[in-house]
Amino acid sequence: MKNKIMTAQEAVAPIQDGATIMVGGFMACGTPEILIDALVEKGVKNLTIICNDAGVPGRGVGKLLTNGQIKTLIASHVGLNPEVAQRMNTDVPEDKLECILVPQGTLAERVRAGGAGLGGFLTPTGVGTIVAEGKQVINIDGRDYLLEKPLKADFALIRGSVTDKFGNTTYNGTTRTFNPMMATAADHVIVGACEIVEIGEIDPNNVVTSGIFVDAIVGGEKPWQI
Amino acid sequence: MADIKEIIAARVAKELKDGDVVNLGIGLPTMVANFLPEGVHIVLQSENGIMGMGPAAEKGKEDVDIVNAGAQYVTVNPGAMFFDSATSFGIIRGGHVDATILGALEVDQHGNLSNWIVPGKMVPGMGGAMDLVVGAKKVIIAMQHTQKGAHKILKECRLPYTAVGVVDMIITEMGVMEVTKDGIVLTELHPDYTVEQVQEATEATLIISSDLREMK
Repeated sequence: MKNKIMTAQEAVAPIQDGATIMVGGFMACGTPEILIDALVEKGVKNLTIICNDAGVPGRGVGKLLTNGQIKTLIASHVGLNPEVAQRMNTDVPEDKLECILVPQGTLAERVRAGGAGLGGFLTPTGVGTIVAEGKQVINIDGRDYLLEKPLKADFALIRGSVTDKFGNTTYNGTTRTFNPMMATAADHVIVGACEIVEIGEIDPNNVVTSGIFVDAIVGGEKPWQI
Repeated sequence: MADIKEIIAARVAKELKDGDVVNLGIGLPTMVANFLPEGVHIVLQSENGIMGMGPAAEKGKEDVDIVNAGAQYVTVNPGAMFFDSATSFGIIRGGHVDATILGALEVDQHGNLSNWIVPGKMVPGMGGAMDLVVGAKKVIIAMQHTQKGAHKILKECRLPYTAVGVVDMIITEMGVMEVTKDGIVLTELHPDYTVEQVQEATEATLIISSDLREMK
């Protein structure tokens, strides 16, 4: 069987300037810091990042933002990272951040749809608001819905609590968030794992993400230090 | 006078029924859990993936893998469940949350809500708010009646909407208001205020309930 275990540097080697990358986690809880650190070290630029939020300065995708690597951020909430507003409003063209805000449930479902082969879905969220601008409104049985399209990416960076050598992954607590959907919606999926175990050691009842979705596994992800 | 936020949170808590599934916003709404009447047990949903959220974690006893939607370390109650964000918002949009309690920048007499953006000034994003107010069975706005004297309960919202026609109830330190098809009805008045003072602090014209009670 193909060996998927590698160093963080090897795992991010295929990621080039301009790539679209999904990053799991919610306020960086569930974000693979070792993979973010490797991207910062690699220094790739003009990235499109799809993530629930902007992390916080010094944590999660906040590190990529600080390092000026993100061109476009697609997220639901950026208020807890003051650097987003600074970069959206800067007059320095190369530092300018484009931020596309998507309702959180719509973002999660768009990623899910991307991985599940759907052409889109209809949601009542955002009807009558600026989120509806440019979108098709479809009335079903008397209620208006927005047609929301799927999201896909070149890469997904996932954080696993326990991952076996095939890539089967479990997520502890609230680290799950966007990780399971993102693992299905990207061409190339990299797991930053807190613990790597032998195949068969995870009870199949507890596997959330199947190893079939996983291309690379990097060990050594650490619990966040308060 | 007791703390304004506590007065509001305590009154909101009386709206909740035993067994309700409830999502509490960040800040004042989070305090509602501290004021539940005896015998009322609710199931707290946290949109980042918890059903059955417990109180904040004690310092030194935090599980770093368990946070609430405000990224604070929390506990979970016996019988809790964790899930991914697509499942979480399926629960929310699907009408399985009985009540959502959140703050507002503006609310208007049509039940429209604005609480996610001040164009050009503050762009925090909507997070889960747009889904929550569209999906929850009951939307309760818990907030201070004015922003340092500036009206927040309006005839028409001026800021971009979070959602249209979704607000059921507004609870402030001055009173309790229900949003009806005819407008905003003042149903309870806090003893520290007069009806005239509440109207003064409200841009929308209040309908005074014929059964106006004291807010406790």
